[in-house]
Amino acid sequence: MTLLGQFALWAAFLLALWTAAVGFSGAWRGRPELVRSLRRAVYAILGALLVASAALWYGIVTHDFNIEYVAAYTSRNLPKPYLISAFWAGQKGSLLFWAAVLGIFSALAQALTPKRHEGLLPHVAAVTSVTTAFFIAVMLFGDSPFARLPFTPPDGRGLNPQLQNVGMVLHPPMLYLGYISITIPFAFAIAALLSRRLDAGWLGAIRKWTLVSWLFLSVGIVLGMWWAYVELGWGGYWAWDPVENASFLPWLTMTAFLHSVMIQEKRGMLKRWNVALIVATFLLSIFGTFITRSGVIASVHSFAQSGVGYFFLAFLVAAGILSFTLLYTRWPELEAETRLESTVSREAAFLFNNLLLVGIAFSVLWGTLFPILSEWLQGTKVTVGPPFFNRVNVPLGLALLALTGIGPLIAWRKASGANLRRQFAASATVGLAVLAALLASGMRDGYAILALTLAAFVAGTIVQEFWRGVRARQRMHGEAAPLALLRLVGRNRRRYGGYIVHVGIVMMFAAFAGMAFKVDQEATLRPGESVAVESPFGHTLTFTHLGVSQYKALNRIVSAATVQVAQDGRSLGVMKSEKRQHVDSFDRPTFEPSTEVGIRSGLREDIYVVYAGSVGGTEQAVYRFTVNPLVWWVWFAGFVLVIGAFVTMWPGASAPNERRQAQSGYEVPLAGVRS
Amino acid sequence: MSRRLDRRRFLGLGAAALAAFGTAAGAQQPMPGSGESGRLYDPRAAGRPRDPVGESQNDPGIIAIEKQLKCTCGCNLDVYICRTTDFTCTYSPALHKEIVALKESGLTADEVIEAYLEKYGPEFRMAPKAEGFNLAGYLVPGIAVLAAGTMLALVLRRRAAVAAAEGAGRAPGAGTIGAPGRTGLGPLAMPSDATPEEAERLRRSLEEVEQ
Repeated sequence: MTLLGQFALWAAFLLALWTAAVGFSGAWRGRPELVRSLRRAVYAILGALLVASAALWYGIVTHDFNIEYVAAYTSRNLPKPYLISAFWAGQKGSLLFWAAVLGIFSALAQALTPKRHEGLLPHVAAVTSVTTAFFIAVMLFGDSPFARLPFTPPDGRGLNPQLQNVGMVLHPPMLYLGYISITIPFAFAIAALLSRRLDAGWLGAIRKWTLVSWLFLSVGIVLGMWWAYVELGWGGYWAWDPVENASFLPWLTMTAFLHSVMIQEKRGMLKRWNVALIVATFLLSIFGTFITRSGVIASVHSFAQSGVGYFFLAFLVAAGILSFTLLYTRWPELEAETRLESTVSREAAFLFNNLLLVGIAFSVLWGTLFPILSEWLQGTKVTVGPPFFNRVNVPLGLALLALTGIGPLIAWRKASGANLRRQFAASATVGLAVLAALLASGMRDGYAILALTLAAFVAGTIVQEFWRGVRARQRMHGEAAPLALLRLVGRNRRRYGGYIVHVGIVMMFAAFAGMAFKVDQEATLRPGESVAVESPFGHTLTFTHLGVSQYKALNRIVSAATVQVAQDGRSLGVMKSEKRQHVDSFDRPTFEPSTEVGIRSGLREDIYVVYAGSVGGTEQAVYRFTVNPLVWWVWFAGFVLVIGAFVTMWPGASAPNERRQAQSGYEVPLAGVRS
Repeated sequence: MSRRLDRRRFLGLGAAALAAFGTAAGAQQPMPGSGESGRLYDPRAAGRPRDPVGESQNDPGIIAIEKQLKCTCGCNLDVYICRTTDFTCTYSPALHKEIVALKESGLTADEVIEAYLEKYGPEFRMAPKAEGFNLAGYLVPGIAVLAAGTMLALVLRRRAAVAAAEGAGRAPGAGTIGAPGRTGLGPLAMPSDATPEEAERLRRSLEEVEQ
């Protein structure tokens, strides 16, 4: 099967090169009949990549340990779900996964793009094929997933215990789907530049794609946070690690694009900026891959260091130079159609929102690369960890939160003082009331107070928007409130879906603020002994050690430490944290013992129990008890983001261009007036 | 002698058996995994043996210092997170003891940090000290955003002024409402006989529709 896999990779590579060459030259020579032939070539690339993927999966499932990758990431006793996720757990497999998913997206782009955008498709096929060819080349000339060992070990090494978690089955593919799908909007942007079809048409073609990319990236990031929280055992979910930053960067620029594209659709402005944002998002997704795989920056998440990083660096530089050169050559054709009329307008607010999103992206990138810069310029290595990122980014993040509330409520073109008063009086009052309540309650953490105050303000603006919309429908149509709400959202999906996403963002900021009040305590307990921990909400949690039991389960020996938990004397139940010694099918230990955290999640706080180990091989256990305020809201906010994105994307929500045509009856051109 | 057991002998034997059983039971060791602090069946499976937690491990002053210093094991975590998370690390417990010893020798928190960095190198500070070239590291993002924001505000003001001047240059009672180009509802021209009040009312209505 490895031969078949290798052959399929070569076939896909040659097909991708052919498609790229024909796509660029055919479109350049104006031969639209090539569209059909290119479409078939894209499908053929996908077919070849699926064959290669099936070959690797066959090797994994049949435990062919002569394949280096299978021996390195699986074992005979690895539970079935992790045999599936082993496909993308290692560098080589994840490269094949990337190429195969890119093949799927490229084929979908060809199949699903409406006929009116067909003129862009030859270039789109060419760009996606170049990218696919690059990933295949990395495998063929750098790190092949089908490389064989000179001998066949009786069992594989198994999957890293920390990757044996449902979060790791879901998080990497989601993140990859986000990274990979960015290629499609990028391909359309390049196609628009190459073909000089620079009207708003290409934006219509990529609207859903950008939302899909954003959704996958968002879900991937939140799942990564959840995995870090439940599996790594440090009691947090975001550590500003370079690999985490790498996933955050394209999300920021993509979010900026999703806002600024509205200005182009509504007002014909920011055309250059939007192309630049799409290009930057694509380059940042490649940059993230480079960081994860090159080992150039120390990270707890990166793959083993290998030479493939240089492939990515070369591709990154080449793609950047070519894309921005192309943008420069089309600069005059991307002139704005209208002028901005006032600094107090929705356009201006969105511009400042873009400035902050891109500013945060810059500061994250700057902090991530600063160790390299410092070593290069000063010859001194430095570490840039969470204290740096929190200091630099928290103020920018809070300003962005404020704009989340301000932007959508300001009028287009020009807002009057009366407009501002009408829109913000109630929500500002809510914010001030929350501020007063927080100060009265004795809270003194400045950033947390500001974050919660702004969160209340933004929540107030969103509730007001829904309230006014529902009231208007009730007045106009006499509908009951729930029906009016459903119809309000259903008829304005993009707008109200966006508000729902904002609700998720507000929840996240509030939850982040909660972590400022996290409480940690370590303790050594014999069976029957207790320790008390003060919750930030004022109550006392008592943990009573019950004992440690050991048993064998699946592919591991489990040492389970249990504690009885009580809140102010009232029992909350028993919690368990484990040490897991994974073994292969010969019962030989494969990795160092890993930790499974015990978590009791609530709306107010999470109780987080970590069994650190035992004293002298007895049941006397060392624990870390942590109380994490508001963490549940991070995961719920992720769910709200997904709901909001689905509402926005749901078919039937017409694009603004189409809506504008439908509303053309409003146009009343008069003689002597410039239009 | 009768072979039959009389009641006295039977009770005596019973008592002796009970006493023997009781003695044997008293001498028995706790079964693995049971008892007040029983031994684990396979201690190695429960990870590295741990020392009992000392007061220093929950000392907020020590924790605050440890959060500023990087572990030397290559994990990229601070000493506190490493020693309370990566229980396979042999470096961070030793580093904790070093930090405690430095603190107990009478050094202030800053002096402990300096002593640590002197021994292991400046790269073991979790974030660079805001001085010299590193100060640029802290300031550049903020300055860049502020500069870009100021430029953006200036450009917007200038463009808004130009737009206002163009609007004023048009004859009163004739012109477009809002932008001359594209809006959410398309260009809308004012009838030449519309009064400023009517124009303003129409503008407000349009704003409400667009919002």
